Amino acid sequence: MIPLHGRAAWIGYSVVALAILFIVGPTAWIFLNSIKYQIAIYSGAWVFEPTLDNYIEVLFSRRSDLVHNLWNSFVVACLSTVAVLIVGSLGAYGIHRWFRSRLFAKLLMGWVLIFHMIPVITLVGPWYLFFQSLGLYNTLLALVLTHITINLPMTMWIMLTYFNEVPSELREAATIDGCGDFTTFRRIILPLVGPGLVSSGILSFVFSWNEFAIALNLTARDTATVPVAIARFAQQFEILHAQMAASSMIAIAPALLLMIFGQRFIVRGLTTGAVK
Amino acid sequence: MKDDFLNRTFRHWSMWPCLAFLLVLSVYPVLQLVPMALSTIQITAEGTFWTYSPRRNLDLLLGDEVLRDAIVNTLVFVVLSVAIEMVLGFFAALFIACMPRGRNFARTVMILPILLPAVAIGSMWKLLFNYDFGLFNQMVGLIGLNPINWLGDTRWALLSIVIVDVWHWTPFVFLILFASIETLPQDVLEAGRVDGATAWQMISLIILPLLGPALAVAALFRAIVAFKAFDQVYLLTSGGPGTSTELLSLHLNRVFFEQNQLGYGAMLSLSIIGVIVATLAVGKWSATQIERKRTGR
Repeated sequence: MIPLHGRAAWIGYSVVALAILFIVGPTAWIFLNSIKYQIAIYSGAWVFEPTLDNYIEVLFSRRSDLVHNLWNSFVVACLSTVAVLIVGSLGAYGIHRWFRSRLFAKLLMGWVLIFHMIPVITLVGPWYLFFQSLGLYNTLLALVLTHITINLPMTMWIMLTYFNEVPSELREAATIDGCGDFTTFRRIILPLVGPGLVSSGILSFVFSWNEFAIALNLTARDTATVPVAIARFAQQFEILHAQMAASSMIAIAPALLLMIFGQRFIVRGLTTGAVK
Repeated sequence: MKDDFLNRTFRHWSMWPCLAFLLVLSVYPVLQLVPMALSTIQITAEGTFWTYSPRRNLDLLLGDEVLRDAIVNTLVFVVLSVAIEMVLGFFAALFIACMPRGRNFARTVMILPILLPAVAIGSMWKLLFNYDFGLFNQMVGLIGLNPINWLGDTRWALLSIVIVDVWHWTPFVFLILFASIETLPQDVLEAGRVDGATAWQMISLIILPLLGPALAVAALFRAIVAFKAFDQVYLLTSGGPGTSTELLSLHLNRVFFEQNQLGYGAMLSLSIIGVIVATLAVGKWSATQIERKRTGR
């Protein structure tokens, strides 16, 4: 693009500053409230004595289960991310390599698209009956399985674009040198699509950590994840504003860390397919 | 030896895991919706009882007055938020792309809302919209107006939900448009400038037409996700006051899990899936028609 100069540059900078303020402002305000005493929130004070009491209360008070919820969320997000990476990259490689122009692959990817567009609530009903009949209702395993399924479309799309970028000569050279199909995939192809794995891994983790609609209806108290706990908290203790702010900040912490350390991969993952 | 076996059979089993997941956890549940939609399902301590009653569910569907509100609200919500996000996202992308430096910083900051849990966004904005001390009413007070009951007033509730969605998803539109603005052909832009195009002519005659596909993709992606919106609305208003923010997914959740009508919920789900598939088919068909007209075949 053409860089702006002079007065235009100043107008441009102020528009951008305004946009950034609009994005960061609300989050920063919540952070400020999370380290205020309740009384300072009510008076709307901008100068106040900071405190960590809200965080301690939210994490360790007797009626709070948040540490347990954090652990549940972490387990579900990690397991489902690892599994979706394996399942998704194997599937995408299969399509890329052997089924690219077959009717079967078109049907499969068409279904993946439809599945991605359906509101997830439509499927929570059948899932509920399904896991109930298997005795898996209210287990973390049920949550892991459903999270793998909902993150599968995105993972397959991202991995497909990365597989398509690998020059086929590399694969052929490996075959000529005596590499079998699986060895080629593991030793040659996978290392080359590493950035794709990182992108889809980060996004799968984040989306699993954030997922609410399924967790709300397939878990009970001891398997609840962080979003479910936050929702319960916000509805039960509607007036504990400082603690609501603190629990929100805890829930968004992983996203903040990933944003700072993985932004290159996140941007790549979110725009893959869209730009092409 | 073991490796040899994996190698020989790789082409046969590489698709199995993903097929298994898709068949068992996505195709099967959708098919399962059909018998569910034809029955009344009661879950008691002794077990689950299915009674065949297609007429009852159909009557419920046709007589559902909240459903009408939910459809209207969802349409208003999707159109309004996607439109606002497209405009804001486009200008943000344009201005940030024109900045001589600091583009990377701006982009990092802008992806923040996309990554946050929608539930946490809901509880954050509940505080921001608070009647007594929320940031919004503080600002409204600064310009000397009366405080607004953002989430509790039927005239404001849907708009408040739209504001939250705009905050949440404008960055996504920005990301997609920013990525394609960065790859615009420099010579075309230079040519426009040499020929003395004004800023507005540059935007409307050169940049917008070149961005066509990216704009379409961004709008489509956004419409899909906006249509599915659930988490933050569930937390902010739960569909209220009255039915003024009742969206389709909220209504579905209510039918399924608050009224425990698994049969009617399934009927409703099937109708929604049917509409989505029909929309996809029409969209695909018209896209090929336009493509054909453009290439002149």
